[in-house]
Amino acid sequence: MAPDDASRKAGGKLAAPGPWSETGADGGAVWGQCKGSGKKPYQAVIDVTGPAFKCSCPSRKFPCKHALGLLLLWAGDPGEVPAGEPPQWAGEWLAGRRERAERAAGAAAGGSAAARTPADPEAARRRAERRLQRIDAGATELEQRLEDLLRTGLTAAEGAGYSAWDETAARMVDAQAPGLASRVRELGSVVASGANWPARMLEECALLHLLDQGFLGRERLPAALAATVRSRVGLTTDAADVLAGPDAVTVRDRWLVLAQEDSDDGKLTSRRIFLRGERTGRMALHLSFGGAGRPLDLALPPGLVLDADLAYYPGARPLRAALGERHAPAAPGPVPPGCGIDAALAAYGDALRDDPWLDSWPVVLADVTPVPPRDGAGWQLADADGESALPLDPRASGRTGLWQLAAISGGAPITVFGECGHRGFLPLTAWDPTPVSL
Amino acid sequence: MTSTSPKTAPQPTAPPHTTPAWEDLVTAALLGTERRMPPVPLRSVRSPAAALLDAAAVSTVRRRAALRPALAGERPAPAPADPRPPLPAAARHRLSLLLADRGGTGDGSRRGAAPDLTELLPQWLTAAQEYGYRAPGALLPALLDAARARTDLRPAALALAGPRALWLARLNDDWAFALRGTTGPAAVPGTEDPEGVRRLWEEGLFAERVTLLTALRRRDPAAGLALLGTTWATERAEDRLMFLDALREGLSAADEPFLEQALSDRSRNVRATAAELLSALPGSALAARMAERAHAHVGLGRTSGPVITVEAPQECDAGMQRDGVAPKPPSGRGQGAWWLSQLLEAAPLDAWRDRFDGRTPAEIIALPVADNWRTELHDAWCRAAVRQRDADWARALLGAPATADRATEVAPPGSSRDLAKLLSVLPEDERALWVAEFIAAHGLSDAFRMLGVCAVPWAEPLGRSVVDALDIARDAGSYPWSFSGVMGLAERCLDPAAADRLDMLTAVTDEPEGASPGSGGYWSEAFQRLVGTLRLRATMHAELTGPADTADGTGNGTGAAAPAAS
Repeated sequence: MAPDDASRKAGGKLAAPGPWSETGADGGAVWGQCKGSGKKPYQAVIDVTGPAFKCSCPSRKFPCKHALGLLLLWAGDPGEVPAGEPPQWAGEWLAGRRERAERAAGAAAGGSAAARTPADPEAARRRAERRLQRIDAGATELEQRLEDLLRTGLTAAEGAGYSAWDETAARMVDAQAPGLASRVRELGSVVASGANWPARMLEECALLHLLDQGFLGRERLPAALAATVRSRVGLTTDAADVLAGPDAVTVRDRWLVLAQEDSDDGKLTSRRIFLRGERTGRMALHLSFGGAGRPLDLALPPGLVLDADLAYYPGARPLRAALGERHAPAAPGPVPPGCGIDAALAAYGDALRDDPWLDSWPVVLADVTPVPPRDGAGWQLADADGESALPLDPRASGRTGLWQLAAISGGAPITVFGECGHRGFLPLTAWDPTPVSL
Repeated sequence: MTSTSPKTAPQPTAPPHTTPAWEDLVTAALLGTERRMPPVPLRSVRSPAAALLDAAAVSTVRRRAALRPALAGERPAPAPADPRPPLPAAARHRLSLLLADRGGTGDGSRRGAAPDLTELLPQWLTAAQEYGYRAPGALLPALLDAARARTDLRPAALALAGPRALWLARLNDDWAFALRGTTGPAAVPGTEDPEGVRRLWEEGLFAERVTLLTALRRRDPAAGLALLGTTWATERAEDRLMFLDALREGLSAADEPFLEQALSDRSRNVRATAAELLSALPGSALAARMAERAHAHVGLGRTSGPVITVEAPQECDAGMQRDGVAPKPPSGRGQGAWWLSQLLEAAPLDAWRDRFDGRTPAEIIALPVADNWRTELHDAWCRAAVRQRDADWARALLGAPATADRATEVAPPGSSRDLAKLLSVLPEDERALWVAEFIAAHGLSDAFRMLGVCAVPWAEPLGRSVVDALDIARDAGSYPWSFSGVMGLAERCLDPAAADRLDMLTAVTDEPEGASPGSGGYWSEAFQRLVGTLRLRATMHAELTGPADTADGTGNGTGAAAPAAS
């Protein structure tokens, strides 16, 4: 939940009763005063239902170390934080938040789509039209580029390096097709990806070509596949529209958090939260993004169960979802049931039939044993019974998570959640039996 | 599948294929459709390149959708069972925080009000050792990394990590250190395995052999000596030196014949070490020879009253050299004084009682010394007291800590006396009391190393006198980082129960007149960190006795406990 390592460490240090005074907690909030370097202590409040944070310190980190420390203190030993009524400085903010939350919930339930409709629907429609035309032009140009490449041969591309692809990627950004742009940028790194790169290059070019063709021919595609193509090209749908638009369908279930994974490319922090419905068995992926100094709006550690409404983004193989109303506070959940290796590969293959651009599909593997590398082969996850095994994704090697996985197993079968795809299996969470993020 | 497509020159029309081989597609792509007609059906409106991309897309998706499982490799042998109870949930969480903070936060300066977690990890590991918990699997990689980076953590970290960590270390060369057996008697063959001992001794690496010898000496000193005797004559000089040093463990009169023989060793360093070991045995023949030599040069004279008279030796003869006396003094020291100091250091302290007409050590120390030999004489006796672990003499040489002229008396100019070493000869409680009184009388400036040899947590009144001295230092208006060494020690060594008393010191006080600007705020911060660290240590210890984390490993828990915030 910490914005970065430094904050986590700083928060860890403050997770001791020493600097704290006037701490307290009620059903949904924790507050306390932390002695800092100044004369006046910092006042930190946390709304744990959000969670949301407020602190009077000047730190631009969010949440700041005081809020993190307070949270850790409260989580570590609730006895250190007596129950009570919030003091005035905490109460005002909490009351404001709860009021806003109720208003928002009311609005979401009451069909707010109309309220957010732009003032001039005609102008908006013209803008969208212009953007589609730009992307069409970009896709056509990219097609030409790919055909040129195949005509002259991939060997010729080997010498060109990243810059040629970066330039094409920039053209796709100009064409307002960020999805195409990032795929083009990936092509630049494929050339340098070691042995057998021509095969990988042809695969990626072919899938990019398929996407171009899909977008240019979107009128003839089934609606769901057209939605997949649109989102892969980079035309996003607003979470609010997903939740409350005219086509919105929400799924209420008890969603078990399978993994929460953050990544940071320097400019943008993104967080992926994988969920699975207890009743429906459906997988879901919640994405959130934060820029410099902007917080990620949702934190759900693996192992929690959330009784909530989810709405899937449109597509032929829905996975990404927006979080709607929550019906109960998150509570600890069970070790999830899982499947074997064969079923995991079948699940990926099945998903590919709907969305050919999928690199992987999330699965829970039960009773699998990590098998250490031998004879040039890398790490595997093998069924406890039988001969089937899945190689681990090369991205997993060298990470602490891999060794945690091996340590948790100790040679015995375990439950692992991760992404199963053509590069292998990327483990994200293992159960010990408490969930451990890898 | 096989392709019948032509693989040479491009042709205007290729035979119709439904499933061109992927390798053929890659070859065509690599060479370019200009040179190699792709093995795909062409539609009139499409270029060969577009047709190749079409076919490649179909092939890619088809192959990905039909991925088959790999053949499972040989499963690893399961890790040995570890029947120890799991860590309590809170302690498990604490350990993960301490391990995450390893490597330091970069702001290494001793500023700010937050505790320094890096220094608490060793303490946590030591405390946890008493309870016999087993480390959670997920933390084993971090524990092994921590132990790899800091050798001082290894015994405690590996003890906590247990057999599963050794199992894991076999899979990762980075952790080979854990398997090297430098970590405890567990890796050394036991007495019930004399063949294993002999084989390791004859075939092991140098470090393994030293470990083996040390472990054996700890268990059975005579067996260790016998083992060393089997190969002594064929060992290299550097190795002989290290092996001889290992005899310190369990040294007794039984080792004397062997050591006496080593006095004739070819290597000068081996001879010197043998002599040093023999002089630590007050009943040895070497000690008697040294006593005789020393007594010849130091005696009781009488002018107006009793006085110690000293006469420096005139030569360093072959016998002295054989008994470990180095003939060549370090630069700046006179030959006579240098030889004398070595004789005094090796001569048994007990024997001085008879030499000085039955006087006690304290009485001997109190005697005046003729001709400015006092510092030289007392320094040598200090070293002898340390070497012979003689508490009576150490006590006499230390004297009363609070005497007004202590600073000059205990460490007079030109003295090389090491008070911390001398203190370590005293029993723990007496040591703490002495340091407490010393600090009360002389402040903290000379106390750092003395505090370092006191037992943790500091017994009262030592803790109180350190806190009082810090308070006085603040009132004097200096900056707290002048005392950062003592502050750091206090954070780790003060009894956590002192936190409440310290609380009042965390307030920002008015700076005294003439104080360094801003010092009041910094002191308040430093005391906050001290209090915070003490409270954290108390919490840490309490967590270790907390309720067991039943969800961990036992499999009968209800499932996930509250997950740790990440």
